[in-house]
Amino acid sequence: MYALELRQLRKTYPSGVEALRGIDLSVRQGDFFALLGPNGAGKTTAIGIITSLVNKTGGTVSVFGHDLDRQREAAKACIGVVPQEFNLNVFEKCGNILINQAGYYGVPRAIAKQRAEKYLKALRLWDRRDQMSRTLSGGMKRRLMIARALVHEPRLLILDEPTAGVDIEIRRSMWDLMTRINEDGMTIILTTHYLHEAESFCRNIAIIDEGRIIENDTMVNVVRKLKREVFVLTLEESLQRAPDLPGYQVQLRNEHEIEVEVEQERGLNALFRVISDQSLHVASMRTKSNRLEELFMRLVDDKAEQRSAGGSAGTTEPGGKGGAARRRRSAEAN
Amino acid sequence: MATAAPPPSPAPAGGLNLWRVNLVGLATIVRKEVHRIARIWIQTIVPPAITMTLYFIIFGSLIGQRIGEMGGVPYTTFIAPGLIMMSVITNSFGNVVSSFFSGKLQLHLEEMLVSPLSFTTIIAGYMIGGVVRGLAVAALVTAVASFFTDLGVARPLVTVSVVVLTSMVFSLAGLLNAIFAKNFDDISIIPTFFLTPLTYLGGVFFSIALLPPFWQNVSLANPILYMVNAFRYGMLGSSDIPIGTAYAIILTALVALFVTVLTLLRRGTGIRA
Repeated sequence: MYALELRQLRKTYPSGVEALRGIDLSVRQGDFFALLGPNGAGKTTAIGIITSLVNKTGGTVSVFGHDLDRQREAAKACIGVVPQEFNLNVFEKCGNILINQAGYYGVPRAIAKQRAEKYLKALRLWDRRDQMSRTLSGGMKRRLMIARALVHEPRLLILDEPTAGVDIEIRRSMWDLMTRINEDGMTIILTTHYLHEAESFCRNIAIIDEGRIIENDTMVNVVRKLKREVFVLTLEESLQRAPDLPGYQVQLRNEHEIEVEVEQERGLNALFRVISDQSLHVASMRTKSNRLEELFMRLVDDKAEQRSAGGSAGTTEPGGKGGAARRRRSAEAN
Repeated sequence: MATAAPPPSPAPAGGLNLWRVNLVGLATIVRKEVHRIARIWIQTIVPPAITMTLYFIIFGSLIGQRIGEMGGVPYTTFIAPGLIMMSVITNSFGNVVSSFFSGKLQLHLEEMLVSPLSFTTIIAGYMIGGVVRGLAVAALVTAVASFFTDLGVARPLVTVSVVVLTSMVFSLAGLLNAIFAKNFDDISIIPTFFLTPLTYLGGVFFSIALLPPFWQNVSLANPILYMVNAFRYGMLGSSDIPIGTAYAIILTALVALFVTVLTLLRRGTGIRA
C-alpha cells in the first residue's frame, strides 16, 4: 500500500487551461518525496486536489489505500498540509488556531491543548501562543502553519514551499524536525524552489512540467543523470588568464578563481593531477550550482524544446516557452 | 529544533470514528463562533441594542402615544415582538455571512475544508453560531423593550420555537449569501435590498389588517410576515395569520435552505477551484 497514489489525474480549469494532463504518481509509506517543477507546472493544483481544495476533472487519488472519492473522510484524516499561501485566521490567537485545527480532526480539547503546546514549542512559537496570528512575521506564520499541519499527527505531511521567507537558523531547525518525524514514520511530500533542500532531504523525486511528470526516480538516480558538473576553484596563485588544463574547459572568473567543467565519469582525481602538473595550488573548491538545480533546468529545457520542435505549444503560462524564458523564470523563483 | 519535541506517532490506518470527529468538530466550530461574537461584542451585541432603543423611543414612546392601540394592545407593546424578531433576523444573517465570508477571503476556511468534517457539521456549526448571536441579541432587545412596555409571554413554547427556528432560517440564508459572495459588496446587497425591506414590510410596525385587500395579499408572499406574526402570537397571543401556516412556512424555508446550502458545498460552489 502506498501513502499516496495518483492515477491519470487530470485538471482542466474553466478557462481551458490544462493544469494536469494525466499524472501517475506513487509515494511509498515513510518516504521523503520531492515534487518539483517550475511555477505554474501543476504542483499546487495536484496538492489542491489531494487535499480536497480543488475539484479534479478526472483520475483517482488514493491516500493510504483510501479512495478520495469513496472514502473521503478517511483519506483526509491521514493528511496534514502546509499550503503555499498564508491561510491563517488573522484575528485568532496562535494557540487557538492549533487547538481548533485539532478539533476539526476530532481530537478532544484536552489533548488538543497538549498537542498545541508540544508543536508550538517544537516550532519555537510557544511564547507567541496568546498573540493574534496577524502580528507574526512571515517566517513565524510559516512555522505556525507547519505546527497546525502537525497538530492532528497525520500520516502524510504535504509541505508546499514550507521554508519561503524563513531565516537560515530556523530553516535548519525546521529541517531537523522534519527529518526526525520522517524517521519516525511520517511520509513527507515536499515542493520547494530551494533545490538543495530537496536534494539534501528527499529520497525520491518527481519533476512535473506543464501538467506532466517528466522525471520520477530516486534522488540518487536522478542526480546520477547529470553527466557534467561545473566547479569553482579558488587558487593560491594570482592569474591573468585561464590556465590550460588539457581535457577540461576552463574559464577565468577573477584573478584567483576559475570555473572548470568536469565530466562525472572522469572524476576529480584526474582534474587535481592536471592542476598539480601546472604547479597550481587549490585553496578551496565548490560546485557552481546545485546539482539537482542543474539537472532540473536541463530536463525542463529539454522538454520545452522537444515540445517546441513538435509544434506543441504550452498552455500553462502565457509567453515564451524557450530555455531562456525558463531560466529567467526559475531565477526569479529562486 | 533546539527544543526537542517528541516526534508525532502516525495515526493508525483505520478506525476513524466519524461520529466522534464530527461531534468534536461541531463543538469546536461553535466554540470558535461564540468566541468570535464575544471578542467583537461591540460590533455584534451593542449596535442592535442601541438601534432598538431608538426605535422604542421614536416609534413607541413618541409616535406610539398618538397612535394608541393596535391589534388590541398599546402600540409600543405591539411593535416589541416585531422589533425583537427584526434583531434576530438581521443578526443571525449577519453573523454567518460575515464569519463564513471572512473565512473564504482570508482562506482560513481551508482549515475545515481539508479536515474530515462533513459539510453537515460545518453548516450546523455556523448555523448554531448564528442562533447564539440571534438569541443573545433577542434577550438584550427584550430587556430594552421591558423599559418601555410590559411584555408577557402568552405561549412560551411558541415564542421560543419560533425565535430559534427563525434564527436558524436566517443563519442558513446568511451562509447561502456567503457561499456566492466574492467581495464585501456581495454580502451587503442582500441585507440592504431584500432583508431590510422585507422585514419593514413584514408586519413589524403595523397589522396587515390596515392594508387594502390587494396589498394584504401581496404581504402574504413575504415569509418574514409569518415569522413576525408567529412570534407576536407567542408573546401577545394575537396574530394576523394562522400559526400553523407560519410553522409550515418556517420549516419549509429551513429544509429548503439546508438542502440548497449542503448541495452547493458538496459541489464545491464558492469554496473550491
